[in-house]
Amino acid sequence: MADRQFQPETLAIHSGQVPDSATGARALPIYQTTSFVFDSADHAASLFNLQTFGNVYSRLSNPTVAALEERVAALEGGRAGLASASGMASEAMALMTILQQGDHVVAAGALYGGSVTMLAISLKRFGITTTFVDATKPEDFAAAMRPNTRAVFAESLGNPSLTVLDIAAVAEVAHSHGVPLIVDNTVPSPFLCNPLAHGADIVVHSATKYLGGHGTTLGGVLVESGRFPWDNGKFPGMTEPSAGYHGVKFFETFGDFGFTMRARMEVLRVYGSALSPFSAWQILQGVESLHVRMERHCTNARKVAQFLNDHPRVAWVNYPGMPEHPQYDLVHKQMRSVDGAPGASGLLAFGVKGGMDAGVRFIEAAQIMSHLANIGDTRTLIIHPASTTHRQLEEKQQLDAGVLPDMVRMSVGIEHIDDILWDIDQALSA
Amino acid sequence: MNTIEQLRRVLDKSQTIAVVGLSAEWHRPSFFAAKYMQEHGYRIVPVNPRYAKTSSEILGEHCYAELTEIPFAVDMVDVFRRTEDVLSIASQAVQIGAKCFWQQISVINLEADTMVRAAGMDSVMDRCVKIEHARLFGGLNLVGVNTGIVSAKRLRTRS
Repeated sequence: MADRQFQPETLAIHSGQVPDSATGARALPIYQTTSFVFDSADHAASLFNLQTFGNVYSRLSNPTVAALEERVAALEGGRAGLASASGMASEAMALMTILQQGDHVVAAGALYGGSVTMLAISLKRFGITTTFVDATKPEDFAAAMRPNTRAVFAESLGNPSLTVLDIAAVAEVAHSHGVPLIVDNTVPSPFLCNPLAHGADIVVHSATKYLGGHGTTLGGVLVESGRFPWDNGKFPGMTEPSAGYHGVKFFETFGDFGFTMRARMEVLRVYGSALSPFSAWQILQGVESLHVRMERHCTNARKVAQFLNDHPRVAWVNYPGMPEHPQYDLVHKQMRSVDGAPGASGLLAFGVKGGMDAGVRFIEAAQIMSHLANIGDTRTLIIHPASTTHRQLEEKQQLDAGVLPDMVRMSVGIEHIDDILWDIDQALSA
Repeated sequence: MNTIEQLRRVLDKSQTIAVVGLSAEWHRPSFFAAKYMQEHGYRIVPVNPRYAKTSSEILGEHCYAELTEIPFAVDMVDVFRRTEDVLSIASQAVQIGAKCFWQQISVINLEADTMVRAAGMDSVMDRCVKIEHARLFGGLNLVGVNTGIVSAKRLRTRS
């Protein structure tokens, strides 16, 4: 019998977890333990030498966390996943596994503010430089590549700029220079878009957002495709004997999940941004309903975008799921169809007529829409990025990141659409 | 394509694994894989002319120069050699009556595949015996690898 290729809706519920072998528990047990016993001194030696698979200490691996890792890897169509304490930690782990002093990154300018800070300021202190380019122009990525470039980083759907990355085109640029494309796929979630299928090599997620969906728990996951040729001469850390692991060569030994193993053993283990088993369990409760929620987020956001577009007090609307969006065709190509139109997630942005002051008035007048710095919750969330999430950036950096002074970012929730539209209307009239 | 069902059956039925090209250096992938299988109850038979002449044992087992020198029955022949060197090993595997011919990751000799199938043997290509064991009987799921196992039954250990 041929192996069944299960659909994402089934993988969201089952992947990474079969009934517990010791007890038969159907739901995922929370292995709330720091450490795991060794069967013998020889077993311990095999584990430390990476000759056998098993658990040692929950900073390296934990069965509950592993269930989340495998499930997100399966949903992304990847080979392996690695979880960490937040989306930022996962992004840092992906970059730190690849980069060393003197290396260069080409990154989209329209990135989440925290990612810009990591690349432009934090990694720069370690001798790693970044050139930011227009996320919508693959030719600009090509023009910025240097001999010491070792990674290309971008978001599949920019937060909050809502620019759309042409994943296949930018992957081709990266690959023609022998470097991997890392895509932050937080905004679409793996249900709406799978960057690996379009040529990306590594995906990172803030699982805090749609994957969890409930707004209770921080977490992050990175996933590798298993297809990048790490032995092309540019990544000695993947092919040379590891000083931290008695000469193990990660790519030779672990092959198509060598990147994830190295990220686990040489970055997570060393820097310690591990995800708690309880957090992994909470995120997985959300993942089980990812597909149902994402469909509703998309259909609600589509209706909100149309409503805003028709509203006399709204200056402009930016939603990649609207035919008016300049990259609508690309959205159509890269994202799953929901009810006959491209599923563009619940994230949109708009300008309230009257500029910055009117935007602030709208946010303060909302009754059920929550004013806070998160996205991807079941609740409808609103924020004014220029004065909050992106306030650490210079005005030029804000504009590069797609943040306009009058812009309100909305993460449309899954409340009843009539109630969401009612609250928007009354807040716009305030 | 090797299915989960076929790989489970092969790993269930096999007891003795001749590992062709097994290195005695502890950090080499062939040593990793053989040590893992030995720890999981299989008898490992090292086959490597390089060590057969000098040191006689790897992993506590006598090392043979050729498959045809092994004086007892072998269930599986697991090959850690370059693709172009595999055909003659396949021919020996047929000769000694092995039941499965397993080519490791990136080893894909299609002629060898055809030959061993014609002899009624199971043929596996481009896979690691250790990784598949850990995928199907537990272990690989602990390090976040997408095992492809979707089931409402407990993970079965090897019978």
